[in-house]
Amino acid sequence: MRIPLSWLREFAQVPADATAEDVMAELVKVGFEEEAVHRPTDALKGPIVVGQVLSLVKEPQSNGKTINWCQVRVVPEGQEQTLTGKGIDPSGVQGIICGAHNFVEGDKVVVTLPGAVLPGDFHISARKTYGHLSAGMIASVRELGIGEDHDGILVLSRIGLDPEIGSDAMELLGLYDEAAEINVTPDRGYAFSIRGAAREYAHATGTAFTDPASKVQAPAELSGGYGVKLNDDAPIYGKPGCDRFVARTVRGVDATRPTPPWMSSRLRLAGVRSISLPVDISNYVMLELGQPNHCYDLDKLSGDIVVRRAVAGEKITTLDEKVRTLDVEDLLITDSSGAIGIAGVMGGSTSEVSDSTTNILVEAAHFDEVSIARARLRHKLPSEASKRFERGVDWQLAGIAAQRVVDLLVELAGGTADEAGTDVGTAPDAVTIELPAGYAASRIGIDFTEEQITGCLEDLGGAVEKTASGYLVTAPSWRRDLETKDDLSEEIARLVGYENIPATLPVAPPGRGLSRAQQQKRRLVQALADAGLTEVLAYPFVSRAANDTFGVAEEGAARPALKLANPISEEHGYLRTSLLPGLIEVARRNHSRGFRDLAIYEAGLVFLPGEKLGTESIPPLGVKPADEVLDGLYDGVPAQPLHLAAVLTGHDSPAAASHKPRLWDWADALDLARLMGDVLGVELVASQGSHQAFHPGRAAQLALRSGEVVGYAGELHPKLLAAHDMPARSVALEINADALFEAAADVIVAKHISGFPVATQDVALVVPQDVPADAVLEALREGAGELLEDVALFDVYVGTGIEDGKKSLAFGLRFRAADRTLTADEASEAREAAVAVAAERFGAVQR
Amino acid sequence: MTDTLPGAAIPNPLDEAAITAAVEDAVAAIAAASSLEELKAVRLAHTGEKSPLSLANREIGGLAKEHKAAAGKIMGSSRGRVNQALAARTSVLEAENDARILVEETVDVTAAPRRRRAGARHPLSTLQDRVADIFVGMGWEIAEGPEVESEWFNFDALNFKPDHPAREMQDTFFVEPPEAHLLMRTHTSPVQVRSMLEREVPIYVLCPGKVFRTDELDATHTPVFHQFEGLAIDKNLSMADLRGTLEHFARLMFGDEASIRLRPNYFPFTEPSAELDIWHPGAKGGPRWIEWGGCGMVNPNVLRAAGIDPDIYSGFAFGMGIERTLMFRNEVGDMRDMIEGDVRFSEHFGMEI
Repeated sequence: MRIPLSWLREFAQVPADATAEDVMAELVKVGFEEEAVHRPTDALKGPIVVGQVLSLVKEPQSNGKTINWCQVRVVPEGQEQTLTGKGIDPSGVQGIICGAHNFVEGDKVVVTLPGAVLPGDFHISARKTYGHLSAGMIASVRELGIGEDHDGILVLSRIGLDPEIGSDAMELLGLYDEAAEINVTPDRGYAFSIRGAAREYAHATGTAFTDPASKVQAPAELSGGYGVKLNDDAPIYGKPGCDRFVARTVRGVDATRPTPPWMSSRLRLAGVRSISLPVDISNYVMLELGQPNHCYDLDKLSGDIVVRRAVAGEKITTLDEKVRTLDVEDLLITDSSGAIGIAGVMGGSTSEVSDSTTNILVEAAHFDEVSIARARLRHKLPSEASKRFERGVDWQLAGIAAQRVVDLLVELAGGTADEAGTDVGTAPDAVTIELPAGYAASRIGIDFTEEQITGCLEDLGGAVEKTASGYLVTAPSWRRDLETKDDLSEEIARLVGYENIPATLPVAPPGRGLSRAQQQKRRLVQALADAGLTEVLAYPFVSRAANDTFGVAEEGAARPALKLANPISEEHGYLRTSLLPGLIEVARRNHSRGFRDLAIYEAGLVFLPGEKLGTESIPPLGVKPADEVLDGLYDGVPAQPLHLAAVLTGHDSPAAASHKPRLWDWADALDLARLMGDVLGVELVASQGSHQAFHPGRAAQLALRSGEVVGYAGELHPKLLAAHDMPARSVALEINADALFEAAADVIVAKHISGFPVATQDVALVVPQDVPADAVLEALREGAGELLEDVALFDVYVGTGIEDGKKSLAFGLRFRAADRTLTADEASEAREAAVAVAAERFGAVQR
Repeated sequence: MTDTLPGAAIPNPLDEAAITAAVEDAVAAIAAASSLEELKAVRLAHTGEKSPLSLANREIGGLAKEHKAAAGKIMGSSRGRVNQALAARTSVLEAENDARILVEETVDVTAAPRRRRAGARHPLSTLQDRVADIFVGMGWEIAEGPEVESEWFNFDALNFKPDHPAREMQDTFFVEPPEAHLLMRTHTSPVQVRSMLEREVPIYVLCPGKVFRTDELDATHTPVFHQFEGLAIDKNLSMADLRGTLEHFARLMFGDEASIRLRPNYFPFTEPSAELDIWHPGAKGGPRWIEWGGCGMVNPNVLRAAGIDPDIYSGFAFGMGIERTLMFRNEVGDMRDMIEGDVRFSEHFGMEI
């Protein structure tokens, strides 16, 4: 909401020297945030004066244009030019070249004299052009920054002005005024008006407020006016769409009269374009009082006005010349011809006021918030009217606002008001709220006095009645947001001032610290950083193709994923089922910035919709839903496990003198996955994996001991890397961290440490190529029995001496007994037992 | 090098002067040896089998019985002196040698390679942990919830009326199909509702996490960002407790000189509601007030939705943006730096903020 200061001053005690910033500093105290300052003089500097064109000589130019060489009087005849400066003619007459032709000798115009500055940092000076010294400019509204019209210069008589020559044109055009723009929160619809802003300014400063509504003399009752019927047969939430409709008639208006500059300048500062006098008056009254209203061309109406819901298929052409198909929930203003307006949103074009309009029907009505909000959303038609209706308009205002429009049409457009008028509808019940005596104090923490409480509530416009237990408060008609004792507590605190709230520190009961899963997550995230990886946070928005590739192991299987109804970009219209697409995108961004050697990771949620998706309906607010309804809400929220994933590209470290970096390879990915298991004390079983995003021969499937698959690690598929313009041999891993957390043991049982010497034995086994080393190792472990402390693969050999299709695996076995020193024979015996199992299972032969 | 001194005659072991001269020769040569190699040559020359002293010693066997003891004594002490000199010189030269090797092994430490990649946490994630730690230290607990939420948890339970402009102002991402009433949470407040439903009163929880709004990414907006929200439900809580909690937290985050300011505002889920400004003594360009977040007393309708009796319990809630906090605390000038995943951004912070 923009508040022109001159307007505010009519109703509030704003100091003469206060700036828009000063006004905003006051309003922020009562809850209106500062948004912007609109001050024409920031871009516009004088001298800009009224001048009269004495002579105008048309001079055709070689380029085909004709320019006017004008002599313009800028000081009244007989008076001295008091301005000095380069280009200011002491005679009081300036020679000016002007290219526009919409004025004649004798016209009074706006002259920007040398030294003036116009919007766009345009400095006016005397300069030679077309063979003359042009000392100034005859300005158009566009050049002055007060309108879009640049067809010609501003001839003052055409906006109804005949000022004295030499007078300050900036003053005349309201250019010294300025506006404070504040943010109005959605609960305070009344503040979308000068009336509301002035009241709040008075609250903030403790000064007097004059209600603009009180200055309007509206008749107590109206009758005999235009026929209006309120026929809402489908109220929303039981509330009728229109519960008041005031119609007034003004005849014999001259719609072509110019809008007076005081009005157009205030509209302009308020951000509203000047259109025609009747429309400007309508907007002016809306801005001043907060009551949207509408002017119909009375002669274009036929039959009674009926306010009703639309019928299926009904259409309307709105003021913006668009044909709109209406919804049966749309509330309409109709006459016998059909729809003439979408109530509270936008008028129709058939009954629009035009230059030829002479008789006007003024509408000021009260519409239901929800009805207007839905219509506005459906038709994507945010308007100044709908903005106010949606947030609640004072029911009491309609008659007053209509009268104000009538008064201005009479005063400025030369009309005559009919005595008869229409006012139909039913007033809503006044809202009364019980406020127990100590309630506000208990919620705010200030011991309010009785005077503070009643004073604040009465200042707001409420009526306060003292009762045995506290106060009975009748909320003002413009504050439909006040419904509860908590609303009143806020108002009291707001007017007393939040700065008076003391500070006390409540003590929480003994807490449990971070939960186990929270601690596990922290350890995991930190462990990867400690291992040299860099944490990144990617967006969860991915393409369907990305989910189908990364989110599911088998090629061609569709990955059920959540689709956004309104994504930022259609290309990324789905929620991720894997972290890898996001990491690859981040990797590519880094590559494009010259960083090819990367090790990045992310911990984040993935979205895995199951069969049940959401709930068909949602329970109402303000009450706890029944248990089964709550269960339904919980169950409808899709599974969103925490995943951890990493992508490694290029080298493991920067190249340096005496250091040769290593290319990341599949084993690094697997190693990091194992690290994650180690960090949590969870054993991860790796086996030859198959996942369409990974190299078919270089990926491990990671499983828990229970067999549950929790992730993959290895080299990304070469085709995929090529398609994503990623370096060859880039590797990746992704793990369901939640599954790891759950698998972690609650208590780790200690292992006995033997102090007896170790006996080591190596063994080389020849097995077929396709036997996994890990399987052979497991066989050795099983066969070796209790004496085996550890077994590790230390070499894989293929080549001379080994049969084709076979490989030699070398293992180191460490034996130790808990209670004695092992003899060489015992160790050898255990080794042979181990080898025997491997031989039995895989045909392993010792080399 | 030879193992005898050229032209030297074999001294008589009883000729004390000659023997002494030989010893003096040996000691002088030992002292003159400047390396372990030279010393080895000297040792061979003066104590080797063909050295004058060894030869003289061998002569003892041929002496008359009555002279043998005297000669033995002379030769014993003479050879002792030489061996002592040798040992002393050896240890000096060895020490010199060791020292020289160490000098020779000197490297240019400034040319050292970085063999280990230094990892880094994302500062948003580090900051989130730091905030959580402060509240855990105050006895609060950390609550988390899903990012795709039921509309009820995100709006209705938080007293957003259907069709109210406040609901629309949240610029919500909706999940298809619309009939499922699922959305991406627009704030972490649904976690507050879940906490109230799942925990026993009194409740003191902090809910950090990702939230989503349909803003295009630019220098100050991002469709995905992080918040932390606090919720306290207890008997007799007032706005004074809210102010006290926020002040305590602000000082732990920004130092003892930090303070907070509350301004009236509107949120459907709190009544009264306030905007929270922080006095940031370390702000770039000098101390000043900075808009930090929103807060207020939990609206009784929110308590009712969670089955908590507003006549017995009251509560306060507050919420701040983590990106915003990082921006003014650590002087991050552009939102995109936090979002794009450029490794330089995280690596600059390392494990710290």
